[in-house]
Amino acid sequence: MIKVFERPKSLTDKPFHYCPGCTHGIVHRLVAEVMDELNIRERTVGVAPVGCAVFAYEYFNCDMQEAAHGRAPAVATGIKRVLPDCVVFTYQGDGDLAAIGTAEIVHAATRGENITTVFINNAIYGMTGGQMAPTTLIGQVTATTPYGRDKDRAGYPVRMSEMLATLEGSAYIERVSVHDIKHITQAKKAVKKAFETQLAGKGFSMVEVLSTCPTNWGMTPAEALKWLETNMIPYYPLGVKKEVE
Amino acid sequence: MSKVLMKGNEAIAEAAIRAGCRYFFGYPITPQNEIPAYMAKRMPETGGCFIQAESEVSAINMVYGAAGAGARVMTSSSSPGISLKQEGISYMAAAELPCVIVNMVRGGPGLGGIQPAQSDYFQATKGGGHGDYHLVVLAPSTIQEAADLVIEGFDIADQYRNPVMILGDGILGQMMEPVEFRFSNRRELPPKTWATTGHTGERPRNIINSLIIDPQALEDHVNRIYQKYGHIMKNEVKVECCNCDNADIIVAAYGTTSRIVKSVIYLARQEGIDVGLIRPITLWPFPANEFSRWADRQHVKAFLTVEMSTGQMVEDVRLGVNGKKPVFFYGRTGGMVPEPSAILEEIKKVMRSVMK
Amino acid sequence: MTHQIIIAGFGGQGIMSMGQLLAYAGMLEDKNVSWLPSYGPEMRGGTANCNVIISDDMVASPIITKATAVIAMNKPSLDKFENAVSRGGLLLINSSLIDRKASRDDIEVCYIPANEIAEKLGNSRVANMVMLGSYIAKSNAVSPGSVINSLTKVLGSSKAHFIPINQKALSMGAEYVK
Ligand SMILES: Cc1ncc(C[n+]2csc(CCOP(=O)(O)OP(=O)(O)O)c2C)c(N)n1
Ligand code: SF4
Repeated sequence: MIKVFERPKSLTDKPFHYCPGCTHGIVHRLVAEVMDELNIRERTVGVAPVGCAVFAYEYFNCDMQEAAHGRAPAVATGIKRVLPDCVVFTYQGDGDLAAIGTAEIVHAATRGENITTVFINNAIYGMTGGQMAPTTLIGQVTATTPYGRDKDRAGYPVRMSEMLATLEGSAYIERVSVHDIKHITQAKKAVKKAFETQLAGKGFSMVEVLSTCPTNWGMTPAEALKWLETNMIPYYPLGVKKEVE
Repeated sequence: MSKVLMKGNEAIAEAAIRAGCRYFFGYPITPQNEIPAYMAKRMPETGGCFIQAESEVSAINMVYGAAGAGARVMTSSSSPGISLKQEGISYMAAAELPCVIVNMVRGGPGLGGIQPAQSDYFQATKGGGHGDYHLVVLAPSTIQEAADLVIEGFDIADQYRNPVMILGDGILGQMMEPVEFRFSNRRELPPKTWATTGHTGERPRNIINSLIIDPQALEDHVNRIYQKYGHIMKNEVKVECCNCDNADIIVAAYGTTSRIVKSVIYLARQEGIDVGLIRPITLWPFPANEFSRWADRQHVKAFLTVEMSTGQMVEDVRLGVNGKKPVFFYGRTGGMVPEPSAILEEIKKVMRSVMK
Repeated sequence: MTHQIIIAGFGGQGIMSMGQLLAYAGMLEDKNVSWLPSYGPEMRGGTANCNVIISDDMVASPIITKATAVIAMNKPSLDKFENAVSRGGLLLINSSLIDRKASRDDIEVCYIPANEIAEKLGNSRVANMVMLGSYIAKSNAVSPGSVINSLTKVLGSSKAHFIPINQKALSMGAEYVK
């Protein structure tokens, strides 16, 4: 018998705590499958963020450290400098990476830090109950933009992949989505490419994954996938933003 | 004015607006998220400004700028976020900038948990940032008192040109109680002639600064700030004493814990033990004299400090009691809340040990 | 007189608003009240509970360790809070969702098929109001009129059209335990 849904070895047996239909679970799985396929689980150290994925250390079946809010790239830098032969990755949300941790991610990239970042862009703060994220779209209603995000008050949504792609130290940056099977397959390829970039010692790599938060968007999982496709992709174009040979 | 039923966090936000605060800079963190959410809704209605900063570091520096520009300004957070604000708070105390900072404390250290705690007492009262300075620290125990202290807190901040901290916890922030927004004893406040409002040639230019490179000048500056603290210690101490007149044992507790102790006073009486409560409302300035005064009384056999920490305020209680009577401690931490029955057990244990 | 009520169920059963209604009603009657919710990182369909105190005296601790009444809207809540009822206290069980009997014999227990009653009214979401109606009838903690006056405050004017059905549910709940 062929088991179709075998759990990757790089995931523990612990059931996810994510809300029904949340795409965090899909992305965890993709990262774990890539770790399995590249056979790097036993020499990988992951860094969990503060956000809904704060318990990632319970799920990824490799050595893990939990960082302060936004500081994962700095923590990863410390790990990588001590253990250059290990594979080091961070897994971060948009509040963690693009608000409080902007300095850390920018400078990890400028240093060409040889680490991989998986960046979950769900256009909102999930963990704290649905506040505006730097990536929240104009007009989007959140707990702290009750009248919809207004560019005059709260500025514009930030495109992190494009911004980081301008930095010399970035080696590989791609934006993907997980709203359907086709895109999930593409997302996995990108994650693999990112880890391979690190294995080749080329420098900083990041995959930005457009994701959903049905709970705080106030939608069903299906509605949320649709909303991602019709609203997020036009503002956050998919594709490779930077790739060095 | 009639009473409304409000969550502590929302009542604090509304009280700030009533006190004339029109600028709020914050960053989400549980268990205080209702404060920024409320401000996001209400500030535009009042012509004020709400910004969700990119971090607490940024939020407190927005507060620095706005306070320096002469505005009434507030920020709020919970323990890990307050740690990040400490740099800015130290700068504000040095530059003598008034503001109100709310800390709805949660269990620590580190990322900790999100349940109520009182483990930031040292950070709040002993100077969480670097250098010689103090915050005025107000510790409400009810939502009414929280609203009152926010309103008065803005006045205290402006009167002394110093940051004021409201130290609550997750319970105070999340619970609902009736509240009325009232303005008792408002103060005559000095005009903010020091603010950088653009001098338009009408006055010498103003500078908001905390860099004083000459050690003698810096010492003079700090001494002057400490003279101001002397006035605060003389004039601003607030404390509630309850049932102390015949008490065998006096419990010291603040905030949420003091309410639990009030339940215990009743339970203890049924067991024939007379328990009093001293509840510091200002944690800094600390009501040390009150402890000293009661420690002199014959009928008081001992003190017991109860906190949601491993023992922080107890150090100040010991200084106040100054060896005149034994001081015991009972606490829970990490987000665990002491149960009345456990406190009662502790009281009995203390009674047994002092009666020997 | 002090009423100390624990209300518990799963997220979405209207646990929090039941408690707020009670507290609000108490306030309208000039009593001292407090409402304290359980809080966590996103409820995620998990259990929710709140503590409500309605008292002629000042409310000391808002945390209830010994309840004069527990309202259990689902089974995990009954399991968790049955022992919190003080001797002689009141336990209200939503028998639509709870298939076991109470194990205590030193308290008064009422079984109310709240969801069925609510469905008869055409909206299973008012099961919470049915239970609240039963509780008020049993305890006299506040008057039904005060609860009705609180409805507009707690529900907000946008939901004013739900008031009649809520009112109906309250009285059906009261009726059931008479
Ligand atoms: C210093 C500090 N500030 C604030 C918080 C509260 N906090 C926890 S998670 C979070 C935001 C999470 O949002 P995001 O990074 O978008 O991840 P998501 O939950 O959406 O996956 C915040 C602000 C904290 N833990 N520490
Ligand atoms: S709150 Fe949003 S991001 Fe967090 S687990 Fe739920 S759906 Fe996912």
